[in-house]
Amino acid sequence: MGENVTANRTPAEIGLAEAFAQLDGKLPGNSDVKAKREEAFARFGSVGLPHRRVEAWHYTDLKSLQREALPLAAPPSAEAKTAAWNAQTLFAGLGARRLVIIDGTVVPALSDMDGLEPGLTVSTMAAALSEGDPFVASHLGTGRPVDDPAVELNTAFMGDGVVIRVAEGAVIERPIHLVFVATGDVPASTFVRSLVVVGNGAKLTLAESHQALGAAAYQPNIGLELVVGDDAQVDYVKCLRESTASQHLASFMTALGARAVFNHFSLTTGGAVVRNQLFLKLNGEGACVDIRGANLLRGNQHADTTLVADHLAPGCQAREVFKSVLADESRGIFQGKISVAPDAQKTDAKMMAQALLLSETAEFDSKPELEIFADDVQCGHGTTAGALDEDLRFYLMARGIPADEAESLLIQAFVGETLENIAHESLKSVLMSAVADWLQAGGASHA
Amino acid sequence: MTPLLEVKNLHAEIDGKKILNGLDLVVNKGEVHAIMGPNGAGKSTLSYVLAGRDGYEVTEGDVLLNGESMLEMEPSERACKGVFLAFQYPMEIPGVATMTFLRAALNAQRKTRGEPELSSPDAIRKVKDVAGQLGINMDMLKRPVNVGFSGGEKKRAETMQMALLEPKLCLLDETDSGLDIDALKVVSEGVNRLRSPERGFVVITHYQRLLDHIVPDIVHVMSAGKIVRTGGKELAHELEASGYAQYQQEAA
Ligand SMILES: Nc1ncnc2c1ncn2[C@@H]1O[C@H](COP(=O)(O)OP(=O)(O)O)[C@@H](O)[C@H]1O
Ligand SMILES: [Mg+2]
Repeated sequence: MGENVTANRTPAEIGLAEAFAQLDGKLPGNSDVKAKREEAFARFGSVGLPHRRVEAWHYTDLKSLQREALPLAAPPSAEAKTAAWNAQTLFAGLGARRLVIIDGTVVPALSDMDGLEPGLTVSTMAAALSEGDPFVASHLGTGRPVDDPAVELNTAFMGDGVVIRVAEGAVIERPIHLVFVATGDVPASTFVRSLVVVGNGAKLTLAESHQALGAAAYQPNIGLELVVGDDAQVDYVKCLRESTASQHLASFMTALGARAVFNHFSLTTGGAVVRNQLFLKLNGEGACVDIRGANLLRGNQHADTTLVADHLAPGCQAREVFKSVLADESRGIFQGKISVAPDAQKTDAKMMAQALLLSETAEFDSKPELEIFADDVQCGHGTTAGALDEDLRFYLMARGIPADEAESLLIQAFVGETLENIAHESLKSVLMSAVADWLQAGGASHA
Repeated sequence: MTPLLEVKNLHAEIDGKKILNGLDLVVNKGEVHAIMGPNGAGKSTLSYVLAGRDGYEVTEGDVLLNGESMLEMEPSERACKGVFLAFQYPMEIPGVATMTFLRAALNAQRKTRGEPELSSPDAIRKVKDVAGQLGINMDMLKRPVNVGFSGGEKKRAETMQMALLEPKLCLLDETDSGLDIDALKVVSEGVNRLRSPERGFVVITHYQRLLDHIVPDIVHVMSAGKIVRTGGKELAHELEASGYAQYQQEAA
């Protein structure tokens, strides 16, 4: 293998290998962590960056999209911290507990680390890895998908992140907000890995936002592992508003216990290339997930949502609704795989992907897959793609509403279904405004 | 005096198919005109061309509103200048709340008149006033536009929008279709309340029934894309008795 693989390696793959070789001791962790990193990088190295002929990455050819591996981001300077703090506005009025991650490093001084509710524990991944925290060691990587290059790279290079534990039965009312800010002064990559473990019967609302200040090229690789205990509930929202200089890879890995409830919403309006991966393991009987998302893209943006839902226990319910609004030359991708294990009888899983194409040159690709090994299940999926409904547009205009506003109303209506299940009212209204902001920013570009 | 609406030798086609064939119509302020005619005569097409719907090509003639040609105007501009079309088949718009829609329409029209925008509570108050008179309750206003409304509820909602927007020229396309007699009364009363010396109406209908409630000043018969006969309100009764057969033959 060696020679051939080496010969075909791209500058980005060579850069990653060199960066990994030069790490020695620069990243946190004891020898166990080091071993984990090495295993992960070896698995990555044997296949390299994924490309068109790798089925799971067919539509997002990282080999050609990531021309170079950017250097690991330096810890933020004092000025960068101030700038980032002043600029982060999303979800600002929420009163959430903010955990601030600047250029891939958690900044405790800017984070609400004090006054934790009973049952809530928060620490940094860097500290947990350095100290060899046995809890983190035992959980990290348990929800890892097999052979996913983005996750392998995340594990190999993970620098910092947050570790959140919610004790059994604890109901944490105040949302926790992971505030990711990229200062964007110099080209950089970041590898953030977080772990959230929610005990049996506990409850947590988690928000995640991503913003970039400067316009320098930026490659964030974000990993989040979430373990939801029996009868626990997690409501999660993500809002991605990075600049179009960002290539954002995010892997969300969730394991759900019996009767666990997981509600997920993600909104992507930023980033040049975005891949949001969701790996769901419904391990406990009667778990219930509601996964929704909206990608609003224009220009040359490319956003890929890839979902793999493994139904491993009986009686689980899953609803998945993803919507893409695609203007200009943008490209939206939805890949969704529902797989139902032989034991997972009475699985009820429905998946829907819809795209609204605002221009002739926008493109939407959808690949739904069902892999069912149980016989008593209800599974379904659907895909639609089309332009704005001219008749509805006329109806609105016939009442005096100008064309651009009529289109905005119809786009908001299209996206609306993905937002309607967000229980936290202020979170929901912030996200609705984010959709409105996106429409506003477009002006009449798609008229 | 300049007529409110003047349609001059209007020819229009869709996908190359000629539908309006030299239609003339003059409506003055304060008048109620009825246009009757067999199915397929082009009545709805006329209403769409007046409202500015895409897809129709006007090949000849002109349409003037208060002396100004409307043909180059967007539907929204026409609406803001006072044209209102009550649709034969009002559309359902899932995901757009009725109140949001009504407020957007009110404010868009106020903006072109240089009036300040209505706040949400002010808009709700205004809508409630008008809605009540048409038997439209708050539950219906909370739903997305027309979604889940019965045929009759949709027609009442159209009339409510008309009352709310206070247009100068009201075009009613088969407002009576799908209405039972009680709903027909409610809708007709709603329309009659809007009759004023400043406002003109074009009431399109297939049946004379509606015209017992909304009594027209002038009745036109339309066939094969043009007006083939004009008379007083007694013409509607005559048509009810004799049917459209003779006009269809004339057109053929
Ligand atoms: N979108 C269209 N494409 C082709 N023909 C149409 C279209 N809309 C209407 N027509 C035709 O135009 C004629 C007039 O239709 P319409 O205006 O709906 O008549 P009315 O309202 O008087 O019943 C009919 O023959 C109809 O089939
Ligand atoms: Mg008709």
